[in-house]
Amino acid sequence: MAEKFITLESTVVPLPVENVDTDQIIPARFLKATTRDGFGSNLFRDWRYDKDNRPVPSFVLNNPVYSGKVLAGGKNFGSGSSREHAAWAIFDYGFRAVVSSFFADIFKNNSLNNGLLPVQVTPEFLAKIFSAVEQRPDTRIRIDLEKQEITLLATGEKQHFDINGYKKTCLINGYDDIDYLLSIKDEIEAYENRG
Amino acid sequence: MKKTVFDKIWDSHVVKRIEGGPEVLYIDRHLVHEVTSPQAFAGLDRRGIKVARPERTFAVCDHNVPTLNRHLPIVEEQSRIQVETLARNAAGHGVTYFGLGNPKQGVVHVVGPELGITLPGMTIVCGDSHTSTHGAYGSIAFGIGTSEVEMTLASQCIMQPKPQKMLIEINGRLGKCVTAKDLVLYIVYKLTAGGGTGYFIEFAGSAVRELTMEGRMTVCNMSIEMGARGGLIAPDEKTFEYFYGREYAPKGAEWDKAVARWKTLKTDEGALFDKTCTFDAADVEPMITYGTNPGMGMKITGTVPTGDGLAGTDRITFDKALHYMGFQAGQSLIGHPVQYVFLGSCTNGRIEDFRTFAAFVKGKKKHPDVTAWLVPGSGSVEKQICAEGLDKTLEAAGFELRRPGCSACLAMNEDKIPAGKYAVSTSNRNFEGRQGPGSRTLLAGAPVAAAAAITGKVTDPRTL
Repeated sequence: MAEKFITLESTVVPLPVENVDTDQIIPARFLKATTRDGFGSNLFRDWRYDKDNRPVPSFVLNNPVYSGKVLAGGKNFGSGSSREHAAWAIFDYGFRAVVSSFFADIFKNNSLNNGLLPVQVTPEFLAKIFSAVEQRPDTRIRIDLEKQEITLLATGEKQHFDINGYKKTCLINGYDDIDYLLSIKDEIEAYENRG
Repeated sequence: MKKTVFDKIWDSHVVKRIEGGPEVLYIDRHLVHEVTSPQAFAGLDRRGIKVARPERTFAVCDHNVPTLNRHLPIVEEQSRIQVETLARNAAGHGVTYFGLGNPKQGVVHVVGPELGITLPGMTIVCGDSHTSTHGAYGSIAFGIGTSEVEMTLASQCIMQPKPQKMLIEINGRLGKCVTAKDLVLYIVYKLTAGGGTGYFIEFAGSAVRELTMEGRMTVCNMSIEMGARGGLIAPDEKTFEYFYGREYAPKGAEWDKAVARWKTLKTDEGALFDKTCTFDAADVEPMITYGTNPGMGMKITGTVPTGDGLAGTDRITFDKALHYMGFQAGQSLIGHPVQYVFLGSCTNGRIEDFRTFAAFVKGKKKHPDVTAWLVPGSGSVEKQICAEGLDKTLEAAGFELRRPGCSACLAMNEDKIPAGKYAVSTSNRNFEGRQGPGSRTLLAGAPVAAAAAITGKVTDPRTL
């Protein structure tokens, strides 16, 4: 049973870089764990810390001005490796949604399987979020999964976002695909025996 | 209704369609490695269940295994634990496992086809994005996350929305020193690192038919670098010939039946694609990348883009990449010093790549300032290298062969490019830090890698 997602109201952490790949989100050398826990401390490790493990002050996660449960990234967010550790790291750090103008397919699936909501908006809406947050880091947004709506609260501008109906039900109720697949065991066997 | 080869395979594997949701897709082969599986097996243990179809599941260690001193235990403790965990999980669930001492061990995407575990018409998944490689054999193969690895272990099915379909047709002939790697780097450059997102690609056209099976693997391997779910090539006589007699391939009457079935795996005339792109192979030259994603490529004789007119996140992204790489907008890369060369990976770790590299360096000497890591994709490739005497050619030119594994492609083992150093790499990703923290990767094919190893700088292989 995953954590349930219904609505979220939060400030935003802006990362206006395109093609943020999963090697940046969690570098390969941190994939050696055999559990799902604790990846948040190495989220964006090589952007966040220098080679002597000192925080890089210019990186957004080290800037106390920005905080929140929503991460906003440039287009093609989560590209590259299929490592689910990327979704685990973002969730473990404390984010519950990522907003971008489009997501890499595997990352999107991995996020949905871990209660992390990928919210795809138009490039124009994303640019508005970046510019609003740049001007006012305390800018808040609301993500309503039931209505599939994201709102910039300061201006009231909103946009509808798409999500697969099945996945929406899973997120809202904290359901798990494996429970479902195990429940249709007979249908899977019938498929195998169809000749 | 007219169908693409992708439709034919996908539709015949749908167990169930869910209203407004993904499809339940049956998986013929599940390949498992040490890095993305431990949490999935732990999930099964928590539920108290076993692998549903162990006979369809194959495990191999590759991502963080050492490529030297293999007679010794793995030095790095966490790597050793992951490899031991995979061996234990495979044994506990009755899954076939190719461990470090096994002569068949190697990079999962090289081993699968080599043993005939991969076959045309199959659905194949693995917790690794380069699973797309297997599409070269006319299968639907794609990378999945660990939750999906757990789904597949538990039920032999995953839940997937059907992707859209893209046709990439390449006609014409590839020129001198132009390989399948250059072709795919050219396509990724043209379509960009996100240009294939949401699509499953079929590669077709005379240039694709002309490619060897190894070359086709290289092309399908990098379909993920455009963001595509995967890429496939319809099987043909070359494909059938490749599999004949392979360990896990059907034999006797079963073989004949299989070939008859595989021959139906063609896209029907007039079948519809959501997007179509056409390229001329004659336009492709030896390629190299200058930036920090595989779409940031250029002809080796070209210049780094000027970036004029870029704004917003495009500008931030471009400047960040050039700063990381230590390059200037508009500069040429020819003659730029190179300290490391890596030949290997699921992209270019096959016998053909070693033949190309060896032919290039034959009678020459490795440049003294270059450290070269030559890592066969599998034990079988390694054996073939020695059988053909390529190891002797390489040794005479000052190179040494390492043992099979993913190695410097993602630097999870000791094979890390040091910070600030430049590597010409035949692997698939030039992301920041991919080959070691601070490493700077120039992606290329085997001829460009060989030329750099000999000259110690970025060199057009056609000039040697």
